Amino acid sequence: MIPAAFDYHAPASVDEALRLLRSLPDAKLLAGGHSLLPMMKLRVVSPGHVIDIGRIQALCGVREDGRALVIGAMTTHWAIESSPLVRARAPLLAECASRIGDIQVRNVGTIGGSLVHADPAADYPAAVLAVEAEMTVVGAEGRRTIRARDFFTGVLSSAVRADEILTEIRVSALPPGTGQAYLKFPHPASGFAVVGVAAVVRLRGGRCEDARIGVTGVGPTAYRAEAVEKALVGTTLDDRTIAAAAEHAADGVEANEDLFATPDYRAHLARVFTKRAVRAALERAGRA
Amino acid sequence: MGREGKEDGGEGAKLRNDVSPSVEAPVKKAISVTVNGVPYRHEVEPRLLLVYYLREVLGLTGTHIGCDTTSCGACTVIMNGLAVKSCTVLAVQAEGATILTVEGLAKDRTLHPIQEGFWEEHGLQCGFCTPGMMLTALQILERNPEPSEEEIRHGLDGNLCRCTGYQHIVNSIRYASRKIKEEGGTAIPETAGRERR
Ligand SMILES: Cc1cc2nc3c(=O)[nH]c(=O)nc-3n(C[C@H](O)[C@H](O)[C@H](O)COP(=O)(O)OP(=O)(O)OC[C@H]3O[C@@H](n4cnc5c(N)ncnc54)[C@H](O)[C@@H]3O)c2cc1C
Ligand code: FES
Ligand code: FES
Repeated sequence: MIPAAFDYHAPASVDEALRLLRSLPDAKLLAGGHSLLPMMKLRVVSPGHVIDIGRIQALCGVREDGRALVIGAMTTHWAIESSPLVRARAPLLAECASRIGDIQVRNVGTIGGSLVHADPAADYPAAVLAVEAEMTVVGAEGRRTIRARDFFTGVLSSAVRADEILTEIRVSALPPGTGQAYLKFPHPASGFAVVGVAAVVRLRGGRCEDARIGVTGVGPTAYRAEAVEKALVGTTLDDRTIAAAAEHAADGVEANEDLFATPDYRAHLARVFTKRAVRAALERAGRA
Repeated sequence: MGREGKEDGGEGAKLRNDVSPSVEAPVKKAISVTVNGVPYRHEVEPRLLLVYYLREVLGLTGTHIGCDTTSCGACTVIMNGLAVKSCTVLAVQAEGATILTVEGLAKDRTLHPIQEGFWEEHGLQCGFCTPGMMLTALQILERNPEPSEEEIRHGLDGNLCRCTGYQHIVNSIRYASRKIKEEGGTAIPETAGRERR
């Protein structure tokens, strides 16, 4: 399978990429290409111009900025999974990255590409929701920040506009006593999340002070399971409370259907995996 | 699918008439790559996939095309120290890269430990998946020199074999792990380049 013909551009800076994006008709950004190229090969999309942002050094890598962890949009899943800084500061993201696809996919695919592509079965969306990451995008009007909650707008669509570039993902340091976990039920063939649940819980004086649950794979976009969070906060997070709270994991969500999983089965998995993810996070909070 | 690729993907291939309306005659790009230690320079069409560049422009047909949809791993090569599925990388993305294909594994007619492992442990039947299996195995061993059986199987998530049932592939990789340790070498040879971070 060969993509339709296109012109190729490899800008060296974000500014140059933005200029190209504005001036070229029918242009698409290329990051790792592991969502875009398969679609171009199937000719689901046939952009006239491909702007490869893979050579922009400023978009790659992980750094600390005060108390925040900053991940460049072009940072690969492998670089995130193996980064000591991410493992120490936002272990949920490293765990999530390590569960994506396979070795080869993780070597090439990027966090920015995954977020903007906004596949309903992608893993990172659950994680960025649970850690309340902020996405920085630049465009003609300058820079703006999008909260994870506002980022995923529909199936394969995000709040990043066609003439904007996602540059970085910021995660604020989480206070001590916080535990985090990402659990996933992978599709046996594709590896994508049939259901993926990211849980962040914080304990103080034996009670749950904060709970954030991100769920992917279930609905048209990843979402925060607010009813679950409400049912957890203030409790001692005993097993029965967690089990009862997790029952709300798919409340109000119209669950996806495909050949592999019916909506009911997906909602069921969401409940089971929410329970397990909260327990796993709790265990880690104890140890943190 | 493979046939269509052959007619279409080669360096001098004529454009099909279904080009996107905004691009009448895409500009070819010059790329310089080093493959198995040999430097090359070619003008390629931007849409040329790396696997077709390797197979049809360079004639290195050891890299196979199994699924052409990023699923089977038969097209795996090591680019700048990283195992990648070359059916899902554009040749132009490889500009400046150092690449290792199966043809570059043996040195001076001596098999690489991973090749020896597949030989000794009967790691292949038809052999179609083998080049991709071996190169992915090197990435596994580079990151984890003594992997457990489970870690090997997990590492091979992106590589499909329709013949062996995997057990002999796992055994072959364990053989290579022991052999590399014995020899005190690294799993991925210099000629595969190094990860840039
Ligand atoms: C075999 C296989 C298995 C996979 N399994 C999983 C899985 O289990 N879980 C999972 O989550 N994902 C999975 N993926 C998807 C993979 O993670 C992709 O790498 C990812 O979705 C896209 O990242 P990319 O860097 O490859 O982006 P690209 O494909 O290059 O781009 C994707 C889209 O985002 C846009 N874009 C990219 N970067 C930016 C930016 N900085 N600013 C604005 N727009 C941008 C592009 O224009 C394009 O529209 C799998 C992919 C494959 C091929
Ligand atoms: S041919 Fe590339 S993954 Fe199958
Ligand atoms: S040996 Fe035949 S596909 Fe693996």
